[in-house]
Amino acid sequence: MGFMTFKTTMLSNLFKKPVTTKYPAEPAVYPEGSRGHVVIEIEKCISCTICALNCPSGAIKVDRAARTWEINRYDCIQCGYCTLKCPKKCLHMAPGYQTPGPEKSIEHYDRPPEEEKPAAPAANAAATNAGDGK
Amino acid sequence: MGKKSVVPFGPQHPVLPEPIHLDLVIEDEIISEAIPNIGFIHRGLEGLVEKKDFNEMVYIAERTCGICSFGHGLGYVEAIEHVMNIEVPARARYLRTIWAELGRMHSHLLWLGLAADAFGFESLFYESWRIRERILDLHELTCGSRLIFSVNKVGGVIRDIPADKLAYIKDQILIVEKEVKNIEKTFLGDYSVQTRSKGIGLLTKEEAHDLGAVGPFARASGITADLRTTGYAAYGELDFEPVISNDGDCYARLDVRIRELYQSIDLIRQAIDKIPEGELEAKAIGFPKGEYFMRIEQPRGEAVYYVKGNGTKILDRMRIRTPTFANIPPLCETLKGADYADVGPLVVSIDPCISCTER
Repeated sequence: MGFMTFKTTMLSNLFKKPVTTKYPAEPAVYPEGSRGHVVIEIEKCISCTICALNCPSGAIKVDRAARTWEINRYDCIQCGYCTLKCPKKCLHMAPGYQTPGPEKSIEHYDRPPEEEKPAAPAANAAATNAGDGK
Repeated sequence: MGKKSVVPFGPQHPVLPEPIHLDLVIEDEIISEAIPNIGFIHRGLEGLVEKKDFNEMVYIAERTCGICSFGHGLGYVEAIEHVMNIEVPARARYLRTIWAELGRMHSHLLWLGLAADAFGFESLFYESWRIRERILDLHELTCGSRLIFSVNKVGGVIRDIPADKLAYIKDQILIVEKEVKNIEKTFLGDYSVQTRSKGIGLLTKEEAHDLGAVGPFARASGITADLRTTGYAAYGELDFEPVISNDGDCYARLDVRIRELYQSIDLIRQAIDKIPEGELEAKAIGFPKGEYFMRIEQPRGEAVYYVKGNGTKILDRMRIRTPTFANIPPLCETLKGADYADVGPLVVSIDPCISCTER
Protein backbone atom coordinates (compact mmCIF):
# COMPACT_ATOMS: atom_id res chain seq x y z
CA MET A 1 0.00 0.00 0.00
CA GLY A 2 1.50 3.31 -1.00
CA PHE A 3 0.89 6.94 -0.22
CA MET A 4 0.88 9.73 -2.80
CA THR A 5 1.32 7.27 -5.68
CA PHE A 6 -0.08 9.81 -8.10
CA LYS A 7 2.43 12.58 -7.35
CA THR A 8 4.85 11.89 -10.23
CA THR A 9 2.02 11.89 -12.79
CA MET A 10 0.57 15.02 -11.24
CA LEU A 11 3.89 16.90 -11.24
CA SER A 12 4.78 15.86 -14.78
CA ASN A 13 1.32 16.97 -15.95
CA LEU A 14 2.02 20.42 -14.52
CA PHE A 15 4.80 20.93 -17.05
CA LYS A 16 3.04 19.41 -20.08
CA LYS A 17 0.97 21.19 -22.69
CA PRO A 18 -2.80 20.72 -22.24
CA VAL A 19 -4.19 17.76 -24.22
CA THR A 20 -7.27 19.74 -25.21
CA THR A 21 -7.29 22.20 -28.11
CA LYS A 22 -8.75 25.71 -28.21
CA TYR A 23 -11.51 24.48 -30.46
CA PRO A 24 -13.28 27.41 -32.15
CA ALA A 25 -9.98 29.29 -32.52
CA GLU A 26 -8.10 26.19 -33.61
CA PRO A 27 -10.09 24.19 -36.19
CA ALA A 28 -10.87 20.54 -35.46
CA VAL A 29 -8.82 18.00 -37.42
CA TYR A 30 -10.68 14.99 -38.79
CA PRO A 31 -8.94 11.91 -40.17
CA GLU A 32 -9.54 10.79 -43.72
CA GLY A 33 -12.76 8.80 -44.03
CA SER A 34 -14.45 10.44 -41.04
CA ARG A 35 -18.24 10.13 -41.25
CA GLY A 36 -19.39 13.67 -40.53
CA HIS A 37 -22.21 14.41 -42.94
CA VAL A 38 -23.73 13.21 -46.21
CA VAL A 39 -22.76 15.00 -49.43
CA ILE A 40 -24.67 14.60 -52.69
CA GLU A 41 -23.45 15.12 -56.25
CA ILE A 42 -26.87 16.25 -57.41
CA GLU A 43 -25.98 16.16 -61.15
CA LYS A 44 -25.51 12.36 -60.96
CA CYS A 45 -28.75 11.71 -59.01
CA ILE A 46 -31.51 9.85 -60.85
CA SER A 47 -34.22 10.23 -58.16
CA CYS A 48 -34.49 6.47 -57.72
CA THR A 49 -35.54 6.99 -54.02
CA ILE A 50 -33.45 3.99 -52.82
CA CYS A 51 -31.64 6.23 -50.29
CA ALA A 52 -34.94 7.54 -48.88
CA LEU A 53 -36.45 4.04 -48.62
CA ASN A 54 -33.39 2.61 -46.83
CA CYS A 55 -32.56 5.48 -44.47
CA PRO A 56 -32.91 4.02 -40.93
CA SER A 57 -34.01 7.36 -39.45
CA GLY A 58 -36.07 8.58 -42.43
CA ALA A 59 -34.00 11.74 -42.79
CA ILE A 60 -33.94 11.75 -46.60
CA LYS A 61 -36.89 12.69 -48.82
CA VAL A 62 -36.83 12.42 -52.61
CA ASP A 63 -39.47 13.82 -54.91
CA ARG A 64 -39.27 12.27 -58.35
CA ALA A 65 -41.70 14.64 -60.08
CA ALA A 66 -40.26 17.84 -58.63
CA ARG A 67 -36.68 16.50 -59.12
CA THR A 68 -35.64 17.39 -55.56
CA TRP A 69 -33.52 15.69 -52.90
CA GLU A 70 -33.96 16.81 -49.29
CA ILE A 71 -32.16 15.88 -46.09
CA ASN A 72 -32.94 16.74 -42.51
CA ARG A 73 -29.40 16.98 -41.11
CA TYR A 74 -30.73 16.85 -37.53
CA ASP A 75 -32.40 13.47 -38.10
CA CYS A 76 -29.44 11.97 -39.99
CA ILE A 77 -27.48 9.51 -37.81
CA GLN A 78 -24.36 9.42 -40.09
CA CYS A 79 -24.54 5.64 -40.50
CA GLY A 80 -23.53 5.82 -44.17
CA TYR A 81 -26.10 3.21 -45.29
CA CYS A 82 -27.44 5.50 -48.07
CA THR A 83 -23.93 5.84 -49.52
CA LEU A 84 -23.70 2.05 -49.77
CA LYS A 85 -27.14 1.72 -51.32
CA CYS A 86 -26.89 4.51 -53.95
CA PRO A 87 -26.76 2.83 -57.39
CA LYS A 88 -25.07 5.87 -59.02
CA LYS A 89 -22.59 6.32 -56.13
CA CYS A 90 -23.50 10.01 -55.94
CA LEU A 91 -23.77 10.04 -52.13
CA HIS A 92 -20.61 10.30 -50.01
CA MET A 93 -19.71 10.80 -46.38
CA ALA A 94 -17.51 13.85 -45.74
CA PRO A 95 -15.77 15.03 -42.53
CA GLY A 96 -17.29 17.84 -40.44
CA TYR A 97 -20.29 17.48 -38.13
CA GLN A 98 -23.62 19.25 -38.22
CA THR A 99 -23.44 22.52 -36.31
CA PRO A 100 -26.18 23.25 -33.74
CA GLY A 101 -29.06 25.50 -34.70
CA PRO A 102 -32.24 26.98 -33.22
CA GLU A 103 -34.57 24.79 -35.29
CA LYS A 104 -34.47 21.60 -37.36
CA SER A 105 -33.94 22.89 -40.87
CA ILE A 106 -34.17 20.80 -44.02
CA GLU A 107 -31.49 21.10 -46.66
CA HIS A 108 -32.90 21.19 -50.15
CA TYR A 109 -31.21 20.25 -53.45
CA ASP A 110 -32.71 20.65 -56.96
CA ARG A 111 -31.59 18.42 -59.78
CA PRO A 112 -30.56 20.40 -62.87
CA PRO A 113 -33.29 20.41 -65.54
CA GLU A 114 -33.26 17.43 -67.87
CA GLU A 115 -31.27 17.91 -71.05
CA GLU A 116 -33.39 17.91 -74.14
CA LYS A 117 -33.52 14.50 -75.66
CA PRO A 118 -31.77 14.25 -79.00
CA ALA A 119 -34.39 14.40 -81.73
CA ALA A 120 -35.34 11.37 -83.86
CA PRO A 121 -32.52 9.96 -86.05
CA ALA A 122 -34.17 11.16 -89.31
CA ALA A 123 -34.47 14.70 -88.05
CA ASN A 124 -30.88 14.48 -86.81
CA ALA A 125 -29.62 13.42 -90.20
CA ALA A 126 -31.52 16.25 -91.82
CA ALA A 127 -29.98 18.70 -89.40
CA THR A 128 -26.45 17.43 -90.11
CA ASN A 129 -27.03 17.62 -93.82
CA ALA A 130 -28.29 21.14 -93.45
CA GLY A 131 -25.15 21.89 -91.38
CA ASP A 132 -22.93 20.40 -94.04
CA GLY A 133 -24.68 22.44 -96.70
CA LYS A 134 -23.56 25.62 -94.97
CA MET B 1 -31.24 -1.40 16.24
CA GLY B 2 -32.42 1.90 14.87
CA LYS B 3 -35.63 2.69 13.10
CA LYS B 4 -35.96 1.52 9.51
CA SER B 5 -36.25 4.24 6.93
CA VAL B 6 -36.33 4.25 3.14
CA VAL B 7 -33.97 6.56 1.26
CA PRO B 8 -34.43 6.94 -2.50
CA PHE B 9 -31.19 6.75 -4.52
CA GLY B 10 -31.33 8.04 -8.09
CA PRO B 11 -32.48 8.24 -10.85
CA GLN B 12 -30.69 11.61 -10.69
CA HIS B 13 -27.60 11.26 -8.54
CA PRO B 14 -24.13 12.83 -8.89
CA VAL B 15 -22.40 9.42 -8.97
CA LEU B 16 -24.66 7.88 -11.60
CA PRO B 17 -23.82 8.18 -15.28
CA GLU B 18 -27.28 6.88 -16.18
CA PRO B 19 -30.67 6.76 -14.44
CA ILE B 20 -31.31 3.79 -12.14
CA HIS B 21 -33.50 4.11 -9.08
CA LEU B 22 -32.90 2.18 -5.85
CA ASP B 23 -35.08 2.29 -2.75
CA LEU B 24 -32.61 1.75 0.08
CA VAL B 25 -34.01 0.44 3.37
CA ILE B 26 -31.62 1.83 5.97
CA GLU B 27 -31.03 1.05 9.63
CA ASP B 28 -28.39 3.26 11.27
CA GLU B 29 -26.78 4.08 7.92
CA ILE B 30 -26.42 0.35 7.16
CA ILE B 31 -28.44 -0.91 4.22
CA SER B 32 -30.72 -3.83 5.00
CA GLU B 33 -32.41 -4.05 1.61
CA ALA B 34 -32.21 -2.44 -1.83
CA ILE B 35 -35.20 -2.46 -4.19
CA PRO B 36 -34.24 -1.62 -7.79
CA ASN B 37 -36.47 0.17 -10.26
CA ILE B 38 -35.62 0.72 -13.92
CA GLY B 39 -37.59 2.03 -16.88
CA PHE B 40 -36.64 5.70 -17.16
CA ILE B 41 -35.13 5.64 -20.64
CA HIS B 42 -36.99 2.94 -22.53
CA ARG B 43 -36.84 3.63 -26.28
CA GLY B 44 -38.49 0.59 -27.85
CA LEU B 45 -35.59 -0.38 -30.12
CA GLU B 46 -36.72 -4.01 -30.21
CA GLY B 47 -40.14 -2.92 -31.49
CA LEU B 48 -38.50 -1.16 -34.45
CA VAL B 49 -37.61 -4.59 -35.84
CA GLU B 50 -41.22 -4.88 -37.05
CA LYS B 51 -40.81 -1.81 -39.26
CA LYS B 52 -37.22 -1.93 -40.51
CA ASP B 53 -35.43 -4.12 -42.98
CA PHE B 54 -33.04 -6.64 -41.32
CA ASN B 55 -30.04 -4.87 -42.91
CA GLU B 56 -31.11 -1.48 -41.54
CA MET B 57 -31.52 -3.03 -38.09
CA VAL B 58 -27.70 -3.39 -37.84
CA TYR B 59 -27.48 0.39 -37.44
CA ILE B 60 -30.33 0.43 -34.93
CA ALA B 61 -28.98 -2.55 -32.93
CA GLU B 62 -25.59 -0.88 -32.49
CA ARG B 63 -27.26 2.29 -31.25
CA THR B 64 -28.63 0.36 -28.25
CA CYS B 65 -25.68 1.72 -26.34
CA GLY B 66 -23.00 4.30 -27.02
CA ILE B 67 -20.23 2.51 -25.15
CA CYS B 68 -20.58 -1.12 -26.24
CA SER B 69 -21.94 -0.20 -29.67
CA PHE B 70 -19.61 -2.48 -31.63
CA GLY B 71 -20.61 -5.49 -29.51
CA HIS B 72 -24.32 -4.93 -30.10
CA GLY B 73 -23.81 -4.66 -33.84
CA LEU B 74 -21.57 -7.73 -33.81
CA GLY B 75 -24.02 -9.84 -31.78
CA TYR B 76 -26.90 -8.96 -34.07
CA VAL B 77 -25.07 -9.64 -37.36
CA GLU B 78 -23.57 -12.90 -36.03
CA ALA B 79 -27.08 -14.08 -35.09
CA ILE B 80 -28.42 -13.22 -38.58
CA GLU B 81 -25.38 -14.88 -40.23
CA HIS B 82 -26.09 -18.09 -38.29
CA VAL B 83 -29.73 -18.01 -39.39
CA MET B 84 -28.74 -17.47 -43.03
CA ASN B 85 -25.75 -19.89 -42.90
CA ILE B 86 -23.22 -17.35 -44.12
CA GLU B 87 -19.53 -18.14 -43.84
CA VAL B 88 -17.78 -14.87 -42.94
CA PRO B 89 -14.33 -14.39 -44.57
CA ALA B 90 -11.34 -14.70 -42.25
CA ARG B 91 -10.15 -11.11 -42.69
CA ALA B 92 -13.56 -9.76 -41.72
CA ARG B 93 -13.56 -11.95 -38.59
CA TYR B 94 -10.13 -10.65 -37.56
CA LEU B 95 -11.13 -7.03 -38.20
CA ARG B 96 -14.23 -7.55 -36.05
CA THR B 97 -12.03 -8.92 -33.27
CA ILE B 98 -9.68 -5.92 -33.42
CA TRP B 99 -12.60 -3.47 -33.26
CA ALA B 100 -14.34 -5.43 -30.49
CA GLU B 101 -11.16 -5.34 -28.38
CA LEU B 102 -10.60 -1.63 -29.03
CA GLY B 103 -14.21 -1.15 -27.89
CA ARG B 104 -13.54 -3.18 -24.74
CA MET B 105 -10.47 -1.06 -23.95
CA HIS B 106 -12.35 2.21 -24.29
CA SER B 107 -15.24 0.88 -22.19
CA HIS B 108 -12.94 -0.32 -19.40
CA LEU B 109 -10.98 2.96 -19.39
CA LEU B 110 -14.28 4.84 -19.19
CA TRP B 111 -15.31 2.66 -16.26
CA LEU B 112 -11.97 3.18 -14.48
CA GLY B 113 -12.54 6.92 -14.79
CA LEU B 114 -16.09 6.65 -13.43
CA ALA B 115 -14.90 4.43 -10.57
CA ALA B 116 -12.22 6.99 -9.66
CA ASP B 117 -14.89 9.69 -9.79
CA ALA B 118 -17.21 7.60 -7.56
CA PHE B 119 -14.65 7.35 -4.78
CA GLY B 120 -13.69 10.97 -5.21
CA PHE B 121 -10.30 10.86 -7.00
CA GLU B 122 -10.91 13.48 -9.67
CA SER B 123 -7.41 13.72 -11.15
CA LEU B 124 -7.28 9.94 -11.65
CA PHE B 125 -10.64 10.18 -13.42
CA TYR B 126 -9.26 12.74 -15.87
CA GLU B 127 -6.09 10.70 -16.37
CA SER B 128 -8.11 7.58 -17.34
CA TRP B 129 -10.24 9.50 -19.78
CA ARG B 130 -7.15 11.12 -21.31
CA ILE B 131 -5.82 7.64 -22.13
CA ARG B 132 -9.24 6.65 -23.50
CA GLU B 133 -9.07 9.56 -25.94
CA ARG B 134 -6.23 7.83 -27.79
CA ILE B 135 -8.47 4.78 -28.37
CA LEU B 136 -11.33 6.99 -29.58
CA ASP B 137 -8.96 8.57 -32.11
CA LEU B 138 -8.13 5.06 -33.35
CA HIS B 139 -11.86 4.39 -33.79
CA GLU B 140 -12.28 7.54 -35.84
CA LEU B 141 -9.23 6.72 -37.94
CA THR B 142 -10.41 3.19 -38.77
CA CYS B 143 -14.23 3.48 -38.82
CA GLY B 144 -14.87 7.18 -39.34
CA SER B 145 -16.67 7.70 -36.05
CA ARG B 146 -15.56 7.94 -32.44
CA LEU B 147 -18.22 5.83 -30.72
CA ILE B 148 -20.72 4.38 -33.17
CA PHE B 149 -18.66 2.20 -35.49
CA SER B 150 -21.20 1.32 -38.24
CA VAL B 151 -18.75 -1.05 -39.96
CA ASN B 152 -20.62 -4.33 -39.51
CA LYS B 153 -22.94 -5.67 -42.14
CA VAL B 154 -24.61 -9.02 -42.60
CA GLY B 155 -21.89 -11.17 -44.19
CA GLY B 156 -18.78 -9.20 -43.26
CA VAL B 157 -17.48 -5.69 -42.68
CA ILE B 158 -17.74 -2.49 -44.72
CA ARG B 159 -14.30 -1.01 -44.18
CA ASP B 160 -10.84 -2.49 -44.32
CA ILE B 161 -7.89 -1.46 -42.15
CA PRO B 162 -4.83 -1.19 -44.44
CA ALA B 163 -1.40 -2.40 -43.28
CA ASP B 164 -0.09 1.09 -42.45
CA LYS B 165 -3.05 1.77 -40.17
CA LEU B 166 -2.63 -1.62 -38.47
CA ALA B 167 1.00 -0.69 -37.76
CA TYR B 168 -0.18 2.67 -36.40
CA ILE B 169 -2.69 0.90 -34.10
CA LYS B 170 0.18 -1.25 -32.78
CA ASP B 171 2.27 1.86 -32.02
CA GLN B 172 -0.62 3.57 -30.29
CA ILE B 173 -1.55 0.62 -28.09
CA LEU B 174 2.10 0.42 -27.00
CA ILE B 175 1.77 3.98 -25.69
CA VAL B 176 -1.60 3.10 -24.10
CA GLU B 177 0.02 0.11 -22.37
CA LYS B 178 2.68 2.37 -20.82
CA GLU B 179 0.07 4.88 -19.69
CA VAL B 180 -2.16 2.17 -18.19
CA LYS B 181 0.86 0.82 -16.26
CA ASN B 182 1.24 4.30 -14.84
CA ILE B 183 -2.38 4.59 -13.60
CA GLU B 184 -2.36 0.95 -12.44
CA LYS B 185 0.12 1.94 -9.70
CA THR B 186 -2.44 4.36 -8.31
CA PHE B 187 -5.55 2.21 -8.85
CA LEU B 188 -4.12 -0.90 -7.22
CA GLY B 189 -1.48 0.50 -4.89
CA ASP B 190 -2.82 3.75 -3.47
CA TYR B 191 -3.92 3.94 0.15
CA SER B 192 -6.97 6.12 -0.48
CA VAL B 193 -8.24 3.88 -3.30
CA GLN B 194 -7.78 0.75 -1.19
CA THR B 195 -9.68 2.17 1.79
CA ARG B 196 -12.67 2.78 -0.50
CA SER B 197 -12.54 -0.60 -2.26
CA LYS B 198 -10.92 -3.41 -0.24
CA GLY B 199 -13.45 -5.63 1.50
CA ILE B 200 -16.39 -3.54 0.26
CA GLY B 201 -19.35 -5.14 -1.54
CA LEU B 202 -18.33 -8.74 -1.04
CA LEU B 203 -19.97 -11.27 -3.34
CA THR B 204 -19.03 -14.92 -2.91
CA LYS B 205 -18.61 -17.31 -5.80
CA GLU B 206 -21.81 -19.20 -4.85
CA GLU B 207 -23.87 -15.98 -4.61
CA ALA B 208 -22.52 -14.73 -7.92
CA HIS B 209 -23.39 -18.05 -9.55
CA ASP B 210 -26.86 -18.36 -8.01
CA LEU B 211 -27.86 -14.77 -8.79
CA GLY B 212 -26.57 -14.97 -12.35
CA ALA B 213 -23.75 -12.42 -12.32
CA VAL B 214 -21.93 -11.99 -15.65
CA GLY B 215 -18.78 -10.40 -17.02
CA PRO B 216 -15.96 -8.84 -15.00
CA PHE B 217 -18.35 -8.63 -12.01
CA ALA B 218 -18.66 -12.46 -11.96
CA ARG B 219 -14.99 -13.02 -12.82
CA ALA B 220 -13.99 -10.87 -9.82
CA SER B 221 -15.87 -13.40 -7.66
CA GLY B 222 -13.92 -16.32 -9.11
CA ILE B 223 -16.30 -17.55 -11.84
CA THR B 224 -14.46 -18.50 -15.02
CA ALA B 225 -17.07 -17.30 -17.47
CA ASP B 226 -15.83 -15.55 -20.61
CA LEU B 227 -17.93 -16.00 -23.74
CA ARG B 228 -14.92 -15.20 -25.95
CA THR B 229 -13.71 -18.71 -25.22
CA THR B 230 -16.66 -19.99 -27.32
CA GLY B 231 -14.66 -18.72 -30.31
CA TYR B 232 -16.99 -16.35 -32.16
CA ALA B 233 -15.37 -13.85 -34.59
CA ALA B 234 -11.65 -14.77 -34.56
CA TYR B 235 -11.32 -15.47 -30.82
CA GLY B 236 -11.09 -19.22 -31.46
CA GLU B 237 -7.77 -18.68 -33.24
CA LEU B 238 -6.20 -16.41 -30.60
CA ASP B 239 -4.49 -17.45 -27.43
CA PHE B 240 -5.96 -16.09 -24.19
CA GLU B 241 -7.37 -17.12 -20.84
CA PRO B 242 -10.17 -15.48 -18.84
CA VAL B 243 -8.94 -13.07 -16.17
CA ILE B 244 -10.29 -14.00 -12.76
CA SER B 245 -9.86 -12.96 -9.14
CA ASN B 246 -11.14 -14.73 -6.03
CA ASP B 247 -11.63 -11.80 -3.64
CA GLY B 248 -15.11 -10.71 -4.80
CA ASP B 249 -14.84 -7.12 -3.56
CA CYS B 250 -14.65 -3.74 -5.31
CA TYR B 251 -10.84 -3.95 -5.35
CA ALA B 252 -11.01 -7.31 -7.19
CA ARG B 253 -13.30 -5.72 -9.80
CA LEU B 254 -10.75 -2.95 -10.34
CA ASP B 255 -7.99 -5.54 -10.61
CA VAL B 256 -9.91 -7.73 -13.11
CA ARG B 257 -10.74 -4.81 -15.38
CA ILE B 258 -7.17 -3.47 -15.37
CA ARG B 259 -5.79 -6.93 -16.23
CA GLU B 260 -8.43 -7.23 -18.98
CA LEU B 261 -7.02 -4.04 -20.50
CA TYR B 262 -3.65 -5.78 -20.87
CA GLN B 263 -5.44 -8.87 -22.22
CA SER B 264 -7.17 -6.74 -24.87
CA ILE B 265 -3.86 -5.15 -25.85
CA ASP B 266 -2.36 -8.62 -26.22
CA LEU B 267 -5.36 -9.85 -28.26
CA ILE B 268 -5.11 -6.86 -30.63
CA ARG B 269 -1.39 -7.56 -31.14
CA GLN B 270 -2.08 -11.24 -31.85
CA ALA B 271 -4.90 -10.40 -34.27
CA ILE B 272 -2.75 -7.84 -36.14
CA ASP B 273 0.07 -10.38 -36.45
CA LYS B 274 -2.21 -13.16 -37.67
CA ILE B 275 -4.64 -11.21 -39.89
CA PRO B 276 -4.87 -12.83 -43.34
CA GLU B 277 -5.42 -11.07 -46.65
CA GLY B 278 -8.64 -11.65 -48.51
CA GLU B 279 -12.28 -10.77 -49.00
CA LEU B 280 -14.11 -8.45 -46.64
CA GLU B 281 -17.59 -9.84 -47.04
CA ALA B 282 -19.53 -12.86 -48.18
CA LYS B 283 -22.63 -12.25 -50.22
CA ALA B 284 -25.87 -12.55 -48.28
CA ILE B 285 -28.46 -14.12 -50.56
CA GLY B 286 -32.12 -14.34 -49.61
CA PHE B 287 -33.84 -13.45 -46.38
CA PRO B 288 -33.39 -14.90 -42.88
CA LYS B 289 -35.72 -17.76 -42.01
CA GLY B 290 -35.38 -19.45 -38.65
CA GLU B 291 -34.25 -18.42 -35.20
CA TYR B 292 -30.97 -18.20 -33.32
CA PHE B 293 -29.59 -17.29 -29.90
CA MET B 294 -26.20 -15.60 -30.12
CA ARG B 295 -24.15 -15.05 -26.99
CA ILE B 296 -21.20 -12.70 -27.03
CA GLU B 297 -18.91 -11.18 -24.41
CA GLN B 298 -19.49 -7.45 -24.14
CA PRO B 299 -17.13 -5.29 -22.07
CA ARG B 300 -19.74 -5.54 -19.27
CA GLY B 301 -20.42 -9.27 -19.61
CA GLU B 302 -22.50 -11.80 -21.46
CA ALA B 303 -25.10 -10.37 -23.85
CA VAL B 304 -27.71 -12.53 -25.57
CA TYR B 305 -29.23 -11.74 -28.98
CA TYR B 306 -32.29 -13.60 -30.17
CA VAL B 307 -33.53 -13.17 -33.73
CA LYS B 308 -36.43 -14.86 -35.48
CA GLY B 309 -36.87 -14.48 -39.21
CA ASN B 310 -39.87 -15.53 -41.28
CA GLY B 311 -38.33 -15.55 -44.76
CA THR B 312 -39.13 -11.89 -45.53
CA LYS B 313 -36.94 -8.82 -45.16
CA ILE B 314 -38.73 -7.87 -41.91
CA LEU B 315 -37.79 -9.97 -38.87
CA ASP B 316 -40.47 -11.38 -36.59
CA ARG B 317 -38.65 -10.69 -33.35
CA MET B 318 -35.38 -9.46 -31.95
CA ARG B 319 -34.49 -9.56 -28.30
CA ILE B 320 -31.40 -8.34 -26.49
CA ARG B 321 -30.55 -9.44 -22.94
CA THR B 322 -27.84 -7.07 -21.77
CA PRO B 323 -25.20 -7.71 -19.07
CA THR B 324 -26.35 -4.93 -16.72
CA PHE B 325 -29.82 -6.50 -16.53
CA ALA B 326 -28.25 -9.75 -15.32
CA ASN B 327 -26.03 -7.89 -12.85
CA ILE B 328 -28.80 -6.00 -11.01
CA PRO B 329 -29.88 -8.91 -8.67
CA PRO B 330 -26.28 -9.60 -7.49
CA LEU B 331 -25.81 -5.84 -7.05
CA CYS B 332 -28.79 -5.73 -4.66
CA GLU B 333 -27.24 -8.65 -2.77
CA THR B 334 -23.89 -6.84 -2.38
CA LEU B 335 -25.68 -3.72 -1.16
CA LYS B 336 -27.14 -5.61 1.84
CA GLY B 337 -25.03 -4.77 4.87
CA ALA B 338 -23.05 -2.06 3.06
CA ASP B 339 -22.49 1.38 4.49
CA TYR B 340 -24.67 4.13 3.00
CA ALA B 341 -21.55 6.06 1.91
CA ASP B 342 -20.40 3.07 -0.18
CA VAL B 343 -23.57 2.81 -2.29
CA GLY B 344 -22.18 5.08 -5.03
CA PRO B 345 -18.92 3.17 -5.65
CA LEU B 346 -20.80 -0.15 -5.31
CA VAL B 347 -23.42 0.70 -7.93
CA VAL B 348 -20.64 1.90 -10.24
CA SER B 349 -18.64 -1.30 -9.59
CA ILE B 350 -21.01 -3.38 -11.79
CA ASP B 351 -20.38 -0.91 -14.65
CA PRO B 352 -24.09 -0.09 -15.02
CA CYS B 353 -25.27 0.67 -18.54
CA ILE B 354 -28.92 1.48 -18.10
CA SER B 355 -29.65 2.58 -21.66
CA CYS B 356 -28.50 -0.89 -22.82
CA THR B 357 -30.73 -2.52 -20.24
CA GLU B 358 -33.85 -0.64 -21.24
CA ARG B 359 -33.21 -0.69 -24.99
